[in-house]
Amino acid sequence: MNRETFILIPGRTTDQGCGVSEGKFRDKYQKEVRALRVAPGDMARLGLAEGDLVRLTGEEGQSVEVGITAAKKDELPEGLLFIAYGEISSRLMTGDTHGSGIPTSKGMEVTMELVQKASVAT
Amino acid sequence: MSLPDYTKISQGIVYDPANGIDGEVRDIWILDQHIVDAPTDRAIRPARVIDAQGLVVMPGGIDMHCHIAGPKVNTARKMRPEEKRRDKQMPRTNIAHSGTLGSVPSTFATGYKYSALGYTTAFDAAVPPIGARHAHEEFDDTPCIDKGFYVLMGNNHYVMQSLMQQEPGKLKAFIAWLLNATKGFAPKLVNPGGVEVWKSKQAGNVSGLDTKVDHFEVTPRQIVGGVARAAAELGLPHPVHIHCNNLGMPGNWETTLETMRALEGHRGHITHIQFHSYGGGEGDENTFNSKAIPLADYVNSHPNITVDVGQVLFGETTSMTGDGPLGYFLSKIYGGKWFSADTEMESGCGITPIKYRNKSLVHALQWAIGLEWFLLVQDPWRVVMSTDHPNGGSFLAYPQIIRLLMDSTYRRDILKTCPPEVRQRSSLADIDREYTLNEIAIITRAGPAKILGLANKGHLGPGADADITIYTPNENAEVMFEMPRVVIKSGRVLVEQGEIRESLIGKTLHVQPLYDIEMEADIQKWFEKYYSIRWRNYPVDLSYLHQSCVIPTRHGDLQG
Amino acid sequence: MTSATTQAHAPTPSEPGQLKVIQDATCTFCGCVCDDIDLTVKDDHIIEAKRACVLGKAWFLNHSIEDRPSCLVEGQPAMLDEGYDRAAQILTQGKYPIIYGLSDSPCEAQRVAVSIADWIKGTIDTTTSVCHGPSGMAFQGVGEVTCSLGEVANRCDLIMFWGSNPAESHPRHFTRYSLMPKGMFLPNGRKDRTCVIVDVRKTKSAKAADIFIQIKPKKDFEALWTLRALAKGVDLDPDQVQRETGVEYSVWVDLMERMKGCKYGVIFFGMGLTMTRGKHANSEAILALTRDMNAFTRFAAKPNRGHGNVTGADNVVSWRTGYPFGVNHSRGYPRFNPGEYTTSDTLANREADCAMTIACDPLANFSQPAREHLAAIPFIALDTKETPTTRAATVAFTVATYGINTGGTVYRMDDVPIPLRPAFPSPHPSDYDVLTAIEQRVKRILGVQG
Repeated sequence: MNRETFILIPGRTTDQGCGVSEGKFRDKYQKEVRALRVAPGDMARLGLAEGDLVRLTGEEGQSVEVGITAAKKDELPEGLLFIAYGEISSRLMTGDTHGSGIPTSKGMEVTMELVQKASVAT
Repeated sequence: MSLPDYTKISQGIVYDPANGIDGEVRDIWILDQHIVDAPTDRAIRPARVIDAQGLVVMPGGIDMHCHIAGPKVNTARKMRPEEKRRDKQMPRTNIAHSGTLGSVPSTFATGYKYSALGYTTAFDAAVPPIGARHAHEEFDDTPCIDKGFYVLMGNNHYVMQSLMQQEPGKLKAFIAWLLNATKGFAPKLVNPGGVEVWKSKQAGNVSGLDTKVDHFEVTPRQIVGGVARAAAELGLPHPVHIHCNNLGMPGNWETTLETMRALEGHRGHITHIQFHSYGGGEGDENTFNSKAIPLADYVNSHPNITVDVGQVLFGETTSMTGDGPLGYFLSKIYGGKWFSADTEMESGCGITPIKYRNKSLVHALQWAIGLEWFLLVQDPWRVVMSTDHPNGGSFLAYPQIIRLLMDSTYRRDILKTCPPEVRQRSSLADIDREYTLNEIAIITRAGPAKILGLANKGHLGPGADADITIYTPNENAEVMFEMPRVVIKSGRVLVEQGEIRESLIGKTLHVQPLYDIEMEADIQKWFEKYYSIRWRNYPVDLSYLHQSCVIPTRHGDLQG
Repeated sequence: MTSATTQAHAPTPSEPGQLKVIQDATCTFCGCVCDDIDLTVKDDHIIEAKRACVLGKAWFLNHSIEDRPSCLVEGQPAMLDEGYDRAAQILTQGKYPIIYGLSDSPCEAQRVAVSIADWIKGTIDTTTSVCHGPSGMAFQGVGEVTCSLGEVANRCDLIMFWGSNPAESHPRHFTRYSLMPKGMFLPNGRKDRTCVIVDVRKTKSAKAADIFIQIKPKKDFEALWTLRALAKGVDLDPDQVQRETGVEYSVWVDLMERMKGCKYGVIFFGMGLTMTRGKHANSEAILALTRDMNAFTRFAAKPNRGHGNVTGADNVVSWRTGYPFGVNHSRGYPRFNPGEYTTSDTLANREADCAMTIACDPLANFSQPAREHLAAIPFIALDTKETPTTRAATVAFTVATYGINTGGTVYRMDDVPIPLRPAFPSPHPSDYDVLTAIEQRVKRILGVQG
């Protein structure tokens, strides 16, 4: 696939919230904050499958690699990505808060590119 | 055996109106936290002597109506960063915390500033019961003064419901239960009934004493009369503190008069009466005028009524009130930022920045009407200094008000800067009365102590709390009162010439009236139906009070 | 400063093997601060948390006693006194010390943290700055028309959520406060209410809505101003509205009719507004819209606050300094400037030279430049559990969990203060204990008597 621009929405999820209480180094939390949800339409169009490893790159070149999972049928419109708040999502924020005290932490523009197919990884 | 550790204030000119002392040179003896008789054994020497020769000695000041703690005050702090940065700064010292001023000072700044002004006790006038815990937490961070608060009840559903059901026993038990649960000091009525109507419809309010409140089918008159009667039966030290309906509206003086009548002879305190003394057509600013004379006449002839003034000072401040519809009204006039909060089962709140301008006829009249009130009430024991801090202006303006009262020339000079119509629409220009120091001592300490039922405050007799202010006399009363020479709180010198020497937290004054515990079941049933917090988590326990001080009620107190 | 509240509300130990029930305990996981939880405790474990939601259950059932040292200095177990001494040295030696976090501590501990910041002339900031800080700034611009959650339950017949997903962030919001309760003036509960949810994605909350409006990402401001314009009767170009907001003009017209037609509406808004393009301008738009609506009916707005006592942190910092978050004391008195004294900035701009973090995890949640700087300076971390931040801290304290092991006071998202009823004691010190010990040492070093 070619690099394509998306809008990333990090947010709270039930598993992320429960995972904070269970412990941040436990599986539930680690798994939840490392799963990028992609709209099924985008996955089909780009030939992506569950578990594929992609690279997200932010506006200042900061990047993370993350596995993808299919979003529920109509949860995300095409062009929108979702990930639970955590280590990965915050690596994509910039240091600049635009005078507000808070970096842009939702609605971040990122590019997505394939790093490795799940079938190859396993 | 160690000798008693006396402090003597030596040879000051003492003003202690409660004990009939009007400017006599005396010694005051202090032991621990109280004033005591001079030891009969002449051999006993005080451990320390404060030389007050030529200085004026008075009991510590008591502010009986201000807004200094709790949800609405803190909201106003959050809302107004802009006025703090450009005001005087209060850096930390090795004794005192830092703070910020503006019209709504931070907690530490509030305590230090009251103390530096010679005030040793202050009462927040409007705390929603569900926010009582918050007010106590702030009190614990408000140093140097004793504190208490009044509990908002005038729009409480249980109050209105028991009046509707004609169940005075329930009402009485509820008031006592609520004062115990909140560790509050007195029942407060704010726009009785009107706030409930505001919650139920756009721009809602009651229009007078006889408008029925939606759903509850009671009138403000019934609320005022019912609560005043119940409070009297409970023997509360300060039975009921009333912010009348229609605050600020032209023509509202009749509402105020009717509120006084609604007390039916029971004791009642009408607060910031300046804001409730206006003639003129409804909503018509062109006919706005003073009705202080007829209202003061009524007060003069009805000893059951006391008032504080709510003096307005020219300048910028923050209006904050439990009167939700008033907040809406003011926000429309000023057009600035506006905060409103409706609190379940209990109350409302409105906050907006305001500015009083001496060139505005309405504002200048408000200023004049406040002064008329001080000067027209014949008995100084029944009129009390207040700015309704910060509504009319800051408590820091009290020295300026004292000068206005003591110096008729100064008063006239300021009046000259106001629009000339003020002289036709109020009687201020015609009043020559000047307050004496003794009268100032009454309206700022002895009077409020008596009105609040504080037997140990507002005087310098044996047994009184050793809360004492020493002033350097000055021809200009403002200069004299704005920086006391020494301020003593609970027997300790906290302030010298404006500098904080020592800090302490102070006591919390509250009441624990006795009530029929069996009535609690009915209150609990009502509570659990509609409140969003649990019954058991509602009452504030004594651990929240740094130092509890229960002011006795006449008909008995709960123990513990 | 009194410790009476924390002492009076200390938990009682239970007999081994015996069951103990704590009624009306308070859950501090999210801003709902539900105070109706019945906890069953056995052998220093909570085995049941009745009425708690999925997040509450995870909170109560997973906070048992951590088998870790109470204090680690440079990763090595240390005596508490050694940790307190080192913490006080770090904080008093820095030129630009910052204290950050506090949204999962009781007010009693927050107050001590603000005192320390005052004595060391440091900067105090709370996690508010990275959640509803922009709403706090908006509040300073336009104010807010709001109400307590019980008023919502009793009066609100139009419930809106905007950029907020309570089904996952505040799971009992619907049932306890906003949608389901049978209120005084809404005897039929859910049937008497209309629920509108506006979001950029179809969240789990969306299925609770009667009307779900999916707007274009980053277009909240435009959507809110469309409603403001409709409220005031301003003519709009329907095509442009649809182009900008991604939603048909007629949908907005219909929504505005419902907003004007309800008896008492409320908009709960979330970080979908504050964290995205527009930030405080978005919050300001929603607060201004709410205010506008009061010309037609009664309407309130309320940020759906996240952490258990983030609202308490706002209150404590405000009553002590006059400002809600991001407060700098370097001149000896409080100054406020979000974007300058807020922690994301003091770290990313490499200004802070030492730090203390309390109940927060910046090394997981902050931007890369901010993390790198924090990792490079000496800092103290207090947390109940091990986190990326405690792992990297110069001094790390494992503290008792508030509301489970320690008492105190928390503020619900609507500023209602609620007491805690802890379930069982912890061998670890509380935030309050640790901060008080550090404060005493800081005062001694600096010669403060107050």
